[in-house]
Amino acid sequence: MTTSKTQALQQISRLFDSQRLAVLSTVNQDQPHTSLVAFAASPDLAHIYLLTPKTTRKYDNLTANPRVSMLINDSRNKTEDLYAAVAVTVTGRARPIDKTRHRQKLDLYLDRHPQLGEFSRAMTTAFIQVAIDRYDLVSRFQNVVKIRMAP
Amino acid sequence: MTPLLSMDEICGAGPEAVGGKAFSLAQIHSQGIDVPTTWCVPCHVYDTYMLRTRLKETIFFELNRKSLDTMRWEEIWDIALRIRNFFLTTPMPGDLHSALQDLIKDHCGKTLVAVRSSAPGEDDATASFAGLHDSFLNLSGTADILRHIRLVWASLYSDAALLYRRELGLDIHTSRMAVVIQEMIPSDRSGIFFGRHPSEPGESVIEAVYGLNQALVDGDIDPDRWTLHRASGRVLCHTAPERTQYAVSQNTGTGLVDLPQALREKPPLSAGDIRQIRDCGNALETHFGRPQDVEWTFVRDRLIILQARPITSTGFTETDDKRSWYLSLHRSHDNLKALYQKIEHQLIPRMIYEARQLKQIDLAALSVRALCREIQKRQEIYDHWVRVYWSDFIPFAHGIRLFGQVYNDAMAPKDPYEFMRLLEDTGLKSMERNQHLEQMAGMVRRDQALKTRLESGRGPGLDHPFTEVLNRFVDRFGDLSCSTGSGSECQYGEAGLVQVILEFAKRPGDAGTLVKPSVAGLKAAFLDRFGPDRQSFAAEILELGRESFRLRDDDNIHLGRIEARLQEAVRQGRIRQGLASTPKDDMALLAAVPALGPVTASPDQDRMPISPVNTRDRISPRQIVGHPAGPGIASGPARLIRGPEDLLCFKQGEILVCQGVDPNMTFVVPLAAGLVEERGGMLIHGAIIAREYGLPCITGASEAMALIETGTWITVDGYLGIVTCEAGDSDSGAA
Repeated sequence: MTTSKTQALQQISRLFDSQRLAVLSTVNQDQPHTSLVAFAASPDLAHIYLLTPKTTRKYDNLTANPRVSMLINDSRNKTEDLYAAVAVTVTGRARPIDKTRHRQKLDLYLDRHPQLGEFSRAMTTAFIQVAIDRYDLVSRFQNVVKIRMAP
Repeated sequence: MTPLLSMDEICGAGPEAVGGKAFSLAQIHSQGIDVPTTWCVPCHVYDTYMLRTRLKETIFFELNRKSLDTMRWEEIWDIALRIRNFFLTTPMPGDLHSALQDLIKDHCGKTLVAVRSSAPGEDDATASFAGLHDSFLNLSGTADILRHIRLVWASLYSDAALLYRRELGLDIHTSRMAVVIQEMIPSDRSGIFFGRHPSEPGESVIEAVYGLNQALVDGDIDPDRWTLHRASGRVLCHTAPERTQYAVSQNTGTGLVDLPQALREKPPLSAGDIRQIRDCGNALETHFGRPQDVEWTFVRDRLIILQARPITSTGFTETDDKRSWYLSLHRSHDNLKALYQKIEHQLIPRMIYEARQLKQIDLAALSVRALCREIQKRQEIYDHWVRVYWSDFIPFAHGIRLFGQVYNDAMAPKDPYEFMRLLEDTGLKSMERNQHLEQMAGMVRRDQALKTRLESGRGPGLDHPFTEVLNRFVDRFGDLSCSTGSGSECQYGEAGLVQVILEFAKRPGDAGTLVKPSVAGLKAAFLDRFGPDRQSFAAEILELGRESFRLRDDDNIHLGRIEARLQEAVRQGRIRQGLASTPKDDMALLAAVPALGPVTASPDQDRMPISPVNTRDRISPRQIVGHPAGPGIASGPARLIRGPEDLLCFKQGEILVCQGVDPNMTFVVPLAAGLVEERGGMLIHGAIIAREYGLPCITGASEAMALIETGTWITVDGYLGIVTCEAGDSDSGAA
């Protein structure tokens, strides 16, 4: 089990490198709502980025309430996933950011998802930045450590 | 494909389908050599069973809960026990069961048979791992045979197999096991033939005993040994042991009985027998193309080959790690009975006597030189008992395991640790000590003046009855701050003890008395499972288990008393060191006790440094997984135990978190709300004492000491084996 923050962040970084998709959870009033999104993380793991059309429920939700959670994991739909898979629960705050002003961040995102270039340029596509408060790193089914990121 | 193959069918099926043992026997048979009548349940039956019962997934889950690499042998043994119980409680699918049942009934009838493992690759030319998997003897009737087939399958995951998992290439996805069913042979004489001596290539070796060869294979009986010239068969030498016993079939294994006087003087083999064995061994070598390691037996004058495998230079016994020592802890019923007699009637009385003798000596009255000699003598005595602890006491703990296995085999309980209930209330010394503490706490509770005096650090007063009770306690159990094996000293004296008693007194008077449900019904049900001829065996195994359970705890208490006497002398040495009248005396003291050189490490020294960084920068645990070792759930502030002072300031309602519970630490257990131990295993002290007090307990919570801090609010889920640490923040994600 990971016992140091550096080790834990390295493990999270490896997981993020291996995965393209995350489950994003937003809330509408008291009702959680989950969506599958393509994500990218900043090298220091302080932020996660994603794109979404502005007409979606998740966009409505996160602009009304920025508190979001995400789940990223490397399960492969096998029996051994329960023990072999690593999962990270992300807790943070999401907000749309300007695509032009944050060009570097968008490039970082498109580096990871080049096929979304056109999608990113659409007027109706919002670029979302999630500022991470905390990661919960789950390994071997039930071992959980918490890594606080926000100052 | 049929689920039971005859000898001819085994030959055609090939070694991958029937395993090494079955295939080799069928080949020997095909050469016209006598072998026991043999049938084989091929590997595909195992595959079907595992797949259709979904046991494969269950076992995968069990094997991966924690990394096997981080586990101690005790934990691996526990896993093997749980897996074995899965097999015991998971019947074969109906159609498979019926098909096999009919075939076994047709072929075996009421013949006495042995059920043995035959894993592919088990006996091949590159490695021999004989003995890692189970064999069962003297079985009769389809139900019994079918049940033991499952037990042989279970032994694919025996503790021994799990320890040697790498060498075996053990993998839940690919490993398989065939089973051999073999008629029992009423052996008169048995033994082994090595076609080529492992270190003398020009020689062959025959070893022989009266009766079954199991005792020879297990090393319980010394055999007669003939060394032969490999090319000519000429006898080069014969070594005769003292022949006193021989092995006979007993229960599902073997037992030793006295050899009739007439046979004691007579070697088990004649010159003709030796020739016959060698000729047969040579024929097998010609057939298999390399020298063989052959197990044979004589029924009167008829030679029967039980097994043959290539002689290998690599085997698990040749590795230089501790695994073979762990496996040597598996002791037979006979061996454990003898060990019990030795421990109970020789070793423990001797330890008690020795501790008492040492206590008689007035250390303050000794000259410096005499004190030096005394310290050295005590160190030697202590070292001696530590060695005895490892050589005799630790192996005796296997009595608990042996009973557990016999119980589970008989009862197939849902909870594989149900057997522990029959081991409780054995009158542990530590429980007795805690009752004395409770008695003193009662005196404090009832006497406000006494309480005030003690709280203010004043003694109870010489005339107060409490003083006498306290003195009696110290005399019997020490002052509580000695901790065996940790190197820490008994340095807090009675003040620490008084502190603990005051803490005990804060609890309500009736706390700590756990009313347990009667186990009489459970005991009767266990004994009833054995026929009239085996009831005494069952009762004996139970008794052995209970004694083993009791001594597992008590031996440390006795050792703790000897250690206390050593530390007492060291303390005296330290006092004198400052007062030594001559430099010569000073030097002598230094030489006597190396520990007197530098100032001894304070118990605080090995504490984790408290990080000065903002706690927000730290990783914090949320859940730590171990093994459930005592059912129940409790929450409270954690108290990490790193030295005696942590024990002495233990507060009621705290959760004890430690590397490993030592019986000399368990006086705080009545105060604890729960236990978390890094060391793994269900039969370790922490788990035993937690069960006695009905406390939730988790063992094998690796890194609990690194991740948890004293004072952190934690929850111990003793049902699931999960420690949950207080979240310490809201899940809303608010910074």
